[in-house]
Amino acid sequence: MPLLEVKDLKVRVEEREILHGLTLTVNEGEVHAIMGPNGSGKSTLSHVIAGKPGYEVTDGQILFKGEDLLEMSPDERAAKGVFLAFQYPVEIPGVATMTFLRTALNAQRKARGESEYSTPDFLKKVREVSKSLNIPQDMLKRGVNVGFSGGEKKRNEVLQMALFEPSLCILDEMDSGLDIDALRIAADGVNALRSPKRAMVVITHYQRLLNYIVPDVVHVMSKGRVVKSGGKDLALELEASGYAQFEDAA
Amino acid sequence: MPAVQETVERVKRIDVDQYRYGFETLIESDKAPKGLSEDTVKFISAKKNEPAWMLQWRLEAYRRWLTMQEPTWARVDYPKIDFQDLYYYAAPKPKKTVTSLDEIDPEILKTYEKLGIPLREVAMLEGVEPKVGEEDPAKRKIAVDAVFDSVSVATTFKAELKKAGVIFMPISEAIREHPELVQKYLGSVVPTSDNFYATLNSAVFSDGSFVYVPPGVRCPMELSTYFRINERNTGQFERTLIIADKGSYVSYLEGCTAPQRDENQLHAAVVELVAHDDAEIKYSTVQNWYPGNSEGKGGIYNFVTKRGDCRGNRSKISWTQVETGSAITWKYPSCILRGDNSSGEFYSIAISNGFQQVDSGTKMIHLGKNTSSRIISKGIAAGKSQNTYRGLVTAHRKATGARNFTACDSLLIGDKCGAHTVPYIEAKNSSATFEHEATTSKISEDVLFYCIQRGLSQEEAVGLVVNGFVKDVLQQLPMEFAVEAQKLISISLEGSVG
Repeated sequence: MPLLEVKDLKVRVEEREILHGLTLTVNEGEVHAIMGPNGSGKSTLSHVIAGKPGYEVTDGQILFKGEDLLEMSPDERAAKGVFLAFQYPVEIPGVATMTFLRTALNAQRKARGESEYSTPDFLKKVREVSKSLNIPQDMLKRGVNVGFSGGEKKRNEVLQMALFEPSLCILDEMDSGLDIDALRIAADGVNALRSPKRAMVVITHYQRLLNYIVPDVVHVMSKGRVVKSGGKDLALELEASGYAQFEDAA
Repeated sequence: MPAVQETVERVKRIDVDQYRYGFETLIESDKAPKGLSEDTVKFISAKKNEPAWMLQWRLEAYRRWLTMQEPTWARVDYPKIDFQDLYYYAAPKPKKTVTSLDEIDPEILKTYEKLGIPLREVAMLEGVEPKVGEEDPAKRKIAVDAVFDSVSVATTFKAELKKAGVIFMPISEAIREHPELVQKYLGSVVPTSDNFYATLNSAVFSDGSFVYVPPGVRCPMELSTYFRINERNTGQFERTLIIADKGSYVSYLEGCTAPQRDENQLHAAVVELVAHDDAEIKYSTVQNWYPGNSEGKGGIYNFVTKRGDCRGNRSKISWTQVETGSAITWKYPSCILRGDNSSGEFYSIAISNGFQQVDSGTKMIHLGKNTSSRIISKGIAAGKSQNTYRGLVTAHRKATGARNFTACDSLLIGDKCGAHTVPYIEAKNSSATFEHEATTSKISEDVLFYCIQRGLSQEEAVGLVVNGFVKDVLQQLPMEFAVEAQKLISISLEGSVG
């Protein structure tokens, strides 16, 4: 059974159809890249999978581990193992990052009927993970993403990914706003999380990110559909020839 | 459906069931006849075995009150109160003097147990969960005075406080046992002629707490009073007087709840604080009177006058309030900074939901030299509520070097509520430095979605964001109450998100 099956998905935002029948299958252990120009519907796809309000699914379905994802609330999806790394992680003033991590982790565990982490176990886990991502402890005491640099915000996303251990990670434009060094650190963090039990969907404009996170499958999106799929070489081909060739295909 | 739209939908379904303190205690009570007259005032005074001077004081206030008009400047709207249609005194029977807890009606003890207030002398801290990375809070003792309708039913830890020289007792007892202190200080901060509701209170107040901390004494425990309105159609008029003598320190907390009723109930309290040279008073309130139901029916009208007088040099008074209840709140805990180098603080969280109306803030009156004040106000409006911050900062001609910092932040949940900020600033002295900052924001859908994507329910997400928003103020509360307040904030907003 595939981990994620998106079948003929049609989505509207305020009366305008953005996805016109999109199909995508992702198996455990695979890393898929979704590329495409602005407005092709890449971010819409990630939002609909995560359950962001404001999108109307008019047709098609999304199965996650064989279950109907569209029937679940966004927090239920999170507890089932869907993680969306945001393009622009939000700031939450007054809520210490550590408090946020613990509240979210325990909420997910509770939803799955698992016991909550004890304080020492939780602290130990956070320390391990943050050390490997080069996240200083004092950053965890600050408000969630408040005053963080672009690189710190993205590392904080990767930190959460590592803590929550989701089975599906969707990375929405992870490279936006990052310089090369920050990108490398974040990508190293993501690569460390690759596992045969976990799949990743990497959404990006540019081939650059895929030098660091090498995908198994590359999809090209245009005008709300997947118009071409292939191996990692497809990304290089796109870099050379651009997206224009697919405009007609869509 | 966008998150905010969903919030609004859920507000429509808001149910009174979420008010956990809405039960009624069935006990017999001893009431004054309905209505207000000189006879009512005499009745109350006689019930309390008061000396003649006290009755005289009350009668003067009553006569004054007859000449006064209800204030109308606040941004609150309610039908005219018929002051003759209220009971001004209700006491649980039996009326014989209670000397130990065993003589208190078990129904009343059960009430306080349900409210989670320990009248038995036990540590109050069980079940307080330490925050991540923090040690367990030291198990401190807390002395409690419980006021049920018009009378104080129990005061704990009296003996231990007495050893330290601290007087903590119902004010009705203090009038009899410490008349010299009461006569000296009562009405010295909030005069009987102060305002309509304070004057009414002066005429008919029935009980409340009295605290005196002698020179140089640091009160060995937190003092607290829990007020409970139980009787139907009864006004509650409590009076609290706290005096911190030279170089002393006291921290005091009050909590308030009431049953759910369809009719509105009046609560008009007066609190007076006096801090002498180098003394410090920290006064915290967690106000959770019944706020009314989803249609705005019922709820407490809360008209309260609270004022602290920093009478001595280098004295300090700090108000912290968490206001979540009442249909109408009209309340401006203030500081008169009379002593040189004295300082005043006001930290406030005011949450309104449903049809609640809040008009609250503070007055910082700088009279002495080099006085300073600080105001941090956090207003959260949800449902169809209106939430107003009203504050006055003033520096007298002779108040050289007066300093104030004010920050008012408002957070809106949904699009049917309102937040308003009305600051009055007057500096009659060119050396005054007054700073005022204000922000108003809507709870962001993106922030909520971020939290929900990480596994929090919509409700938990709102609670987390709001708790972050009010964090600066929560930190001012004694730790054990901060935990309580944090939970209360989440409960108060339950109706706003489902």
